[in-house]
Amino acid sequence: MKYDLVIVGGGPAGLAAAIAAKDNGIDSILIIERDRELGGILNQCIHNGFGLHTFKEELTGPEYASRFIAQVEERGIEYKLNTMVMDIANDKTVTAMNATDGMFTIEAKAVVLAMGCRERSRGALNIPGYRPAGIFSAGTAQRLVNIEGYMPGRRVVILGSGDIGLIMARRMTLEGAKVLAVAELMPYSGGLKRNIVQCLDDFDIPLYLSHTVVDIQGKERVEGITIAEVGPDRKPIPGTEIHYDCDTLLLSCGLLPENELSKTAGVELSPITSGPVVNDSLETNIEGVFACGNVLHVHDLVDFVSQEATNAGKNAAKYIKEGKQNATKEIEILPVDGVRYTVPKYIRPEVMDDTLTVRFLVGQVFKGCAIATYFGDELISKRKRPVMAPGEMEQVILKKSQLAEYPDIENITIKIEEA
Amino acid sequence: METRDLICIGCPLGCSLKVTLDNGEVTEVTGNTCPNGDKYARKECTNPTRIVTSSVRVKGGKINMVSCKTKEDIPKGMIFDIAKAMENVVVDAPVAIGDVVLANVCNTGVDVIATKNVEAR
Amino acid sequence: MYDVAIVGAGVVGSAIARELSKYKVNACVIERDEDVCNGTSKANSAIVHAGFDAKPGTLKAKLNVRGNAMMDELSKELDFPFKRNGSLVVCTKDQDPALLDELVEKAKANGVEVQILERDELIEMEPNLADDVVKALYAPTGAIVCPFHLTMALAENAADNGVEFFLNTEVVKIEKKDDYYVITTDKDVIEAKTVVNAAGVYADKFNNMVSENKLEIIARRGQYCLLDKDAGNHVSKTIFQLPSKMGKGVLVTPTVHGNLLVGPTAEDIDDKEGINTTAEGLDSLGVTSAQSVKNVPMRQVITSFAGLRAHEVKGDFVIGEAEDAKGFFNAAGIESPGLSSAPAIGEMVAGLVAESLGLEKNPEFNGTRKGILNPATLSVEERNELIKKQPAYGNIICRCEMISEGEILDAIHRTLGARSLDGVKRRTRAGMGRCQAGFCSPKTMEILEREVPMSMFDVTKNGKDAKIVFGYNKKI
Repeated sequence: MKYDLVIVGGGPAGLAAAIAAKDNGIDSILIIERDRELGGILNQCIHNGFGLHTFKEELTGPEYASRFIAQVEERGIEYKLNTMVMDIANDKTVTAMNATDGMFTIEAKAVVLAMGCRERSRGALNIPGYRPAGIFSAGTAQRLVNIEGYMPGRRVVILGSGDIGLIMARRMTLEGAKVLAVAELMPYSGGLKRNIVQCLDDFDIPLYLSHTVVDIQGKERVEGITIAEVGPDRKPIPGTEIHYDCDTLLLSCGLLPENELSKTAGVELSPITSGPVVNDSLETNIEGVFACGNVLHVHDLVDFVSQEATNAGKNAAKYIKEGKQNATKEIEILPVDGVRYTVPKYIRPEVMDDTLTVRFLVGQVFKGCAIATYFGDELISKRKRPVMAPGEMEQVILKKSQLAEYPDIENITIKIEEA
Repeated sequence: METRDLICIGCPLGCSLKVTLDNGEVTEVTGNTCPNGDKYARKECTNPTRIVTSSVRVKGGKINMVSCKTKEDIPKGMIFDIAKAMENVVVDAPVAIGDVVLANVCNTGVDVIATKNVEAR
Repeated sequence: MYDVAIVGAGVVGSAIARELSKYKVNACVIERDEDVCNGTSKANSAIVHAGFDAKPGTLKAKLNVRGNAMMDELSKELDFPFKRNGSLVVCTKDQDPALLDELVEKAKANGVEVQILERDELIEMEPNLADDVVKALYAPTGAIVCPFHLTMALAENAADNGVEFFLNTEVVKIEKKDDYYVITTDKDVIEAKTVVNAAGVYADKFNNMVSENKLEIIARRGQYCLLDKDAGNHVSKTIFQLPSKMGKGVLVTPTVHGNLLVGPTAEDIDDKEGINTTAEGLDSLGVTSAQSVKNVPMRQVITSFAGLRAHEVKGDFVIGEAEDAKGFFNAAGIESPGLSSAPAIGEMVAGLVAESLGLEKNPEFNGTRKGILNPATLSVEERNELIKKQPAYGNIICRCEMISEGEILDAIHRTLGARSLDGVKRRTRAGMGRCQAGFCSPKTMEILEREVPMSMFDVTKNGKDAKIVFGYNKKI
């Protein structure tokens, strides 16, 4: 099999990338999706609040996905469902498998990685205690409730105040469960304000910041959970324990890009994001392999995923049509002073788009600060931000014309400064 | 005179708002840094509303559940009544986005509509 | 009336059952849990000791060496993963190297091949040994095994050769009659001419019901961390520490499936069900392991667990017929090196029972068993042939371990098949990877519901009340 472009993953990133590639002149495209339908994780995110940036209206996850799926269908873009990519070689040979075609290989001119992310598990969190039934990642519980239609718990404690955890606090409550508490290790929530108000406060569910789970009781099903306050070192403080009789613990403690396939292709990964290191065209160190969406770095809003993936699709199309862009210079963006990383990490001023959105997360809550951009040592821009939080993506927009005025710089620095 | 404390959801700033009410009428909002905070506080104290989302069972579909939402905002105080009203709803496949799953839920004048397409088996 | 009733379907009970099935015998195994391999056998170091450590002359020494020697052939007959990766006991610069010499002496007495290696040779072999390691004892016959597959293979083969398994059946009482035993369970009453006590941490309880030679078994908890396959190559051999003032030390070892295992702690506890991990225990593993292996990537832990070793206070395995209860055979106090010794314990106990009952060999005995097919071992052509015949092998359910529906169907439909998520996990590894069943458990539940068949509401993590879902939503 041969395709110009293989897109690994049919979630919001893969769909947007496919549409953009098609609209930029590529007809031979295959999306490979492991689930039984397109749309990815949006299918189980049945709450509203998606698409405010993209469609200027509030959609639910399935509605947001359906708009992109419709565009894929209209364009006649090919896709395979229930199909697992097993391997991506660095020559862009993709090996995949499903029940009807068996194991097959596709020679692709370009590949877009759009596999998404997974949730951090109980094991990775190293929570002590017994290992009974009734411990779910928030996303697994979400799938059980919203897609399969089953109730995974009656009395629930949630660890982690990421958005999925908050959304599931409300969802479980509306389905008749009692959510007793949400504990968050950090002194701030990783979720959106709006979700704290509408998912917790609306239902009088307490949020304990700087708290974690210190014990899980129950030998068959969960029977109790003990949480405790943590000190600045994030270690539990003896004597602060609160016990809950409950049957369920949901975990919403962070998302990790799923880059097992990227590794098979030899893609270089960032130790900060766990996603590929990319340049201004969202291309990885492997020529013709691009990445976008949560496999690249975990996003707070799907709108940004769609924007990013559109760029990845467009750039992949350009690569297929024109081959490698020759650039004599590649400059690195240095994230410092509160900026954890940037996507992209490298910029080629000669070949970059006229404007480039650089996205990043900050490492702590900043109030009354500013995002400063330096070309070499020279301050280029300083944008005031009343508040920045680690869970909310920030951005800097770079202009090609502006960079052209600084032909000699070695790097760009983005940092958080006093306003 | 009574006061209520709210957190503004308008932006990540999350201003702590103090709302003063007299006989159910908002007389003052403080703590906001922009006009949106004032607007939010007034609505939240006099007529708070929400969209309710859920999923209901599908008969004869390729999948067993279809997601749905109230087509418009409903009064916040009715969230549980509406969730309860969806309890025994079963719809027949195929279902298309926007199909009415439950009309005029709890006499709110608002329909519950499907938010997902489900093909027949 | 059974000839033999074996209490406990751990690795020891299963090994005895399989050895007994080589005879013409009417035997059963009674297990309180919903699956075999659900107690101590499932939560241990997953290694086959070379046999240099046990005190010469003890049952532990004899059966370890014999068990180790039996593993190669057994793993071929019964098709379970086993690998002779070799083991090292490392000595750091602060430790007394004479302790290694003592081990060499014991190894000689036990008939185990070992050699002492100096740091430069060691570093070539294991570049990640701690900087303080100066020399080590190397035992090439040290090995690693999958304890689930070993136990399940033994049990399945025993069942295929006619041994009955009563799962979900808890022995409440054992009474000695003149020439037989009455075993009362929570389900019904079973009579047997002989009883084999392979009840792990509860073996003292059952022995003490029929014998005045009282046993006392202490549950000694060991906590472990299992690391991602990305860390699986951190060491290639099983790295033990010399006992020190700090305690017995922990091991760092690859597993047969390519993960890295670190542990165990050693804590005597009162609760024979106390398989909970503790913050102190888990935290200690990183610190202690660093004494022998550097840079163990503890951030890549994918799960942690605890197991209980059945420590009999006198120290050695207690194997044989109770002096004052003819026909009651103990296989008790089977702590480390119990997994290594299990095949030899099976042989020894079955021999004693056979002699006592005067059993004849079973000419029908078939000692081979096929494990669950791992399609990853096939060529692309073979795999496609398989998928054409059984499309389920093309449908990946567990994306972390790349386990197909075909393998899960095999796990459910084979002898003593899986009936729970853990049952599927232990047989196929579906759910054992880095996401720890986050993605695949709803799918595996659906397959169990359809194939067993069973109600979704009866699907459990590992039996009894370990239910996953409580009902349809909106209805609880």
